[in-house]
Amino acid sequence: MTGSGVLTCKELVELITDYLEGALEPRERARFEEHIDTCDGCIAYLDQFRQTIRMTGALSEESLSPQARKDLLETFRFWQRN
Amino acid sequence: MSFSSVSPRGRFVTLPPVTEVDGVSDFLSQAPGVDEKELLAGLQRGDEAAFAALVDRYAGPMLRVASTYVRDRAVAEEVVQETWIGVLRGIEGFEGRSSLKTWLFRILTNRAKTRSAQENRSVPFSALPGSAGELDEPAVDADRFFGAGHPERPGWWALPPSPWQDSSPEQRLFGREARVAIAEAISALPERQREVIALRDVEGWSSSEVCETLNLSAANQRLLLHRARSKVRSRLERLLTQGISA
Repeated sequence: MTGSGVLTCKELVELITDYLEGALEPRERARFEEHIDTCDGCIAYLDQFRQTIRMTGALSEESLSPQARKDLLETFRFWQRN
Repeated sequence: MSFSSVSPRGRFVTLPPVTEVDGVSDFLSQAPGVDEKELLAGLQRGDEAAFAALVDRYAGPMLRVASTYVRDRAVAEEVVQETWIGVLRGIEGFEGRSSLKTWLFRILTNRAKTRSAQENRSVPFSALPGSAGELDEPAVDADRFFGAGHPERPGWWALPPSPWQDSSPEQRLFGREARVAIAEAISALPERQREVIALRDVEGWSSSEVCETLNLSAANQRLLLHRARSKVRSRLERLLTQGISA
């Protein structure tokens, strides 16, 4: 992604994680922001990307079953006796 | 064995209950080292309360990460159990060069990979050897953009995405269907992408923790994360677009 001139949408969608992680060079970042300021499609895309990250973080808070926890503590006691 | 000298001394640590009260879990996740040293010392001395506290802190995240490798819930629980046994075996020699958390999840991902390899012998699609050109796949289908020969807007959106919040009821976006779709999309990812997104986005680890645990460069980690997120987004887009046309 070292092209000059205006960034295309196709290029921009490949830079989103780098952008969000603050890993773009200042010039690259400027091109990114310049593009997104005027492109509704890319604004929507960036927003979807952010929502995806948020929703992935909200995956069910599954936890260990009480039985599995109990088994583990028993394993621990057994481990200590031997 | 390492814990033979245990005596019936009092409980070594008492953790405050982790509640959902403002900022408490944030505080714990941002400062995992706060009492990790104490817990580690307790564990090395064979203190059961320290062991239980560590299990309560990490078993949930461990189970969720294991679940991204193996489909079967019971197998994922076994992976978690095996990991803790690995921890008990190795704790005496643990020198703290990495954080306890990093060490734990390294054991976990190794165990989970082994189990997943066994499981996948009968699961055709994940058995595909690291799909060809994995790192070249585009974030968005090329046919969503105008081709290079387009007179005015080559490389710009031909079929732009539409904002989700306008067209999708909140419950659809954050509901059970979306969670299932995300979980499916993650479990269908190539292994390295799956590892990175599970730790970064599901568990909320920092990029340096993930790089350390999975032994990745920062740039490679970002690339894998980007591929993974792009596919999850695209899966959600399919789900949400279906919703609109239905």
